[in-house]
Amino acid sequence: MMEIKSCIPLLAFLVSLVAVVPIVLSSRRPNVREGWTILAGIIKFGLVLSMLPTVLAGYTVEYTLWKILPSLSIQFRVDAMGMLFALVASLLWIATSIYSIGYMRVLKEHAQTRFYAYFAVALSATIGVAFAANLLTLYLFYEMLSLCTYPLVAHHQDRTARTGGRTYLAYLLGTSVSFALPAMIYVYWKSGGNMEFVGGGFLSGKVSGSEATVLLLLLVFGFSKAALMPFHSWLPAAMVAPTPVSALLHAVAVVKVGVFCVLRIFTGVFGISFLKDVGIGDVILWIAAITILAGSLIALSQDNLKRRLAFSTISQLGYIVLGAALLSGRGLTGSMLHIGMHAFGKITLFFCAGAILIATGKKAVSEMAGIGRRMPYTMSAFLLGALSIIGLPPLGGAWSKWYLFLGAWESDHILIVFILIISSLLNIAYLLPIVVRAFYMPSPDGEAGGGIQEAPPACVGPLVFTALSCFALFLFPGIFVDLAKLIGGNL
Amino acid sequence: MGEHFPVLILLIPFFTALGICVVGLWKPHWCQPATVVSLGASLAVALGTLCKVVKQGIVSYALGGWPPPIGIEYRIDALNGLVLVVIATVALITAVYSRQRVAAETPDRVPLFYTLYLLLVTGLLGMTVTGDAFNLYVLLEVTSLATYALIAMGSRRAVLACFNYIIMGTIGASLYLLGVGYLYIKTGSLNMVDIQQLLVSEDLYSSRSILIAFILIMLGVWIKMAFFPLHGWLPNAYAFAPSTTSCLIAPLMTKVTVYVMIRMMLTVFGPAYVFDYLQWSEVVVWLAVLAIVAGSIMALAQADLPKMLSYLVIAEVGYMVGGVWLANEAGLVGAFYHIISDAFMTLCLFLAAGAIIARTGDHRITSIFQGLPRRMPLTFFGFLVGAFSMIGVPPTCGFFSKWYLISAGIEAGHWAYVTALLFSSLINAIIFSRIIEIAFFGLSPGHEQTEIRREESPLSILVPLMGAALAVILVGLYNWNLVSWITDAVRLYSMAPVSG
Repeated sequence: MMEIKSCIPLLAFLVSLVAVVPIVLSSRRPNVREGWTILAGIIKFGLVLSMLPTVLAGYTVEYTLWKILPSLSIQFRVDAMGMLFALVASLLWIATSIYSIGYMRVLKEHAQTRFYAYFAVALSATIGVAFAANLLTLYLFYEMLSLCTYPLVAHHQDRTARTGGRTYLAYLLGTSVSFALPAMIYVYWKSGGNMEFVGGGFLSGKVSGSEATVLLLLLVFGFSKAALMPFHSWLPAAMVAPTPVSALLHAVAVVKVGVFCVLRIFTGVFGISFLKDVGIGDVILWIAAITILAGSLIALSQDNLKRRLAFSTISQLGYIVLGAALLSGRGLTGSMLHIGMHAFGKITLFFCAGAILIATGKKAVSEMAGIGRRMPYTMSAFLLGALSIIGLPPLGGAWSKWYLFLGAWESDHILIVFILIISSLLNIAYLLPIVVRAFYMPSPDGEAGGGIQEAPPACVGPLVFTALSCFALFLFPGIFVDLAKLIGGNL
Repeated sequence: MGEHFPVLILLIPFFTALGICVVGLWKPHWCQPATVVSLGASLAVALGTLCKVVKQGIVSYALGGWPPPIGIEYRIDALNGLVLVVIATVALITAVYSRQRVAAETPDRVPLFYTLYLLLVTGLLGMTVTGDAFNLYVLLEVTSLATYALIAMGSRRAVLACFNYIIMGTIGASLYLLGVGYLYIKTGSLNMVDIQQLLVSEDLYSSRSILIAFILIMLGVWIKMAFFPLHGWLPNAYAFAPSTTSCLIAPLMTKVTVYVMIRMMLTVFGPAYVFDYLQWSEVVVWLAVLAIVAGSIMALAQADLPKMLSYLVIAEVGYMVGGVWLANEAGLVGAFYHIISDAFMTLCLFLAAGAIIARTGDHRITSIFQGLPRRMPLTFFGFLVGAFSMIGVPPTCGFFSKWYLISAGIEAGHWAYVTALLFSSLINAIIFSRIIEIAFFGLSPGHEQTEIRREESPLSILVPLMGAALAVILVGLYNWNLVSWITDAVRLYSMAPVSG
């Protein structure tokens, strides 16, 4: 692999961090403040995009920030995997920023400056994780993300928000300190100080099978942002956050950072071929399979829309971990694709949930009868997002599920294929009734019937954009598939 | 001039103390600047000595021109050279900080306060440089007496707490002295290096008296460093002392005593005796595990900020004792790095706590932190840096000391110690995230804009606090340089225990 030294990864990381200063300074002028947020988002996306051709050509872009331990630095390296994730996160940040303007102003939320400032910091941490070149750098930005998203989760400051925030921190910090940290130090000690993510895994061949099993479990559960059962409860608890936070952080940035870490552990730490030799992928595979099914089943029973979507996320994250645990090239390609595809689908659904909340004040699925006639754009977008999550063509989600099926076949896990099919059916069962209820059931008596009553354009615009992106990603999945294949092909 | 550096480090604060004692009666407002200047000079000399150690290796200074082992030897290597710099830096930062606090808390005893302050620092510096076991006792008593008086100047409850400390501290010092007495009887020497050579050359490892001497000395220093379960005197003494006093002794006293323990184990008895002959490591590390767990749990149970921080100090002592007794190089290095990093993070927390308590006039965690990020944003930031370091969030130094100590524990296969460290990190995370929650979200929405005025601490508090916070981060960022330095120094001991 050829390496190019450049400070662009650092700049892409820093942009949103630096943007905090003007955001805080212009706290009394909301338009200027949001202007800075969007500007930072565009610059960030531009910087990430500028590295795309280099990465597609098979190079990696490196920047070493600080030598922190012997033979270990805080270092950025942009490879195909990090690129794909960074592209998705930075593009969707722009959409979310626009959406936040509508959402936060209509609901007259308090402490909006704090909201935008921590949001920007969270994006920096996300990019830091995406570009991390070694396990320590990854851990550092992972922790940074946990800490800076806490004020966003506990935004409302009332009793439920504080309890939710407490659960959030307790799960994320608790698991990372008690599982990931000791495992990481053990790995550091075993690997002789080298923790760089390399194609074959830096730990490959340096630990015995039983050690590898314990380490793998500790690391996978330690990065519990992946919401693998039984460490998933923080995600529904975090739904007390304002909807833009749930949308970007708990459908894209935070949870995807979790699964991204898991993918790094599989590919960069242990190496797929080493895991295959010792034969320990199956443990995680079955945990992921259980998470997929249980998440979907719990989602069926949730009446609160955001909670239903949260459990759907848990189940979909299971897909991504499962794809890696299949230990096959196609499975891994599917996993990476699903990071992107699920992000676009799920953020659309969350945007819709928020739009429904501000237009009608409704949170429960059971109250949503007939709203499709009042909010046709929102509910159409919801349909597209839902179909993409289910994995039906002609929407982007079809591609990732396709590769996951192929991966399961390729590695002779027939039972997993059945589980994937059952889960897709469950997806239909918990997502489509919402749309059906909205369009085909009559509004309850007493509610204003006539005319369109949509959320403000700043909210509807982004959700239409992400919904159409789901469609576009089916027709032109090129970049994502190329990047994902670079990862799968590197095996 | 240069050859007298080792003794000048002590003499500068010592003579300033004597001067302040007299001049301060007429000019009380000169005391604090004089203290700052003399500690600055002491720090400069300590740095100069450290440079000298780097260039020529161990610096040995014969006090009064009497050659060791008959005379008192001051002996500075890379390890205690580093400790000297840390002591002088912490004392200097606290002295800058003390300006308004001392005037407010002990208005009628300002000269007395600074005299004792400088004597205390002299004692700590002396305990670190001296190469003579009896001289160490003398300086330990100088330190202790100054500390007793400084603590007793606090609130009314401080008097009883201090009495408790005097009793415990005196028992500890006596035990140490008894131990030195046994050593003297068997070897006829008080010079640390000399004692070790005699222990080997006269084949005294199997001697009962040496064993008793070792036990007595260890018990003595454990009482002095508040090693669980000998910690009873510490929380009240630290919590009720004047805030400047606790800012000085909390970061330094326990840490310097831990260094004395390392010194006793490495230089006087030698690793060969302590680790290979006695084989007590397992037991002592288990005691350290108890100290860590108990200290953390008790800290969690406190509703009072200074008390909570004091129990954290007790838990941290467990970190260091455990690290030293893991009996491998990594553990020793980790413990030593933790001496430095813990000194700065404790300083940071105590400075911030002092400033917050001074402003709010209250001690209870649930009330003083409400709305603090708006009221005193910079002070709260300093507190956060210390708190993150205690939890072990990178890149603060607390993360790296845990890193080294945990990897040493893994290397030694002592899983209980590793678990205890992680447990303590988790408890710290709970303690401090509760504080953060109260700080940011303690008030119901809507209140925050109207009721809270900005009342930032004065510059004389903010500057030292930011200095301490910066030190916490720098010690973290440059951890590798420090650790490779410490490792080189420690290797001198383990590879050639006899020559020292």
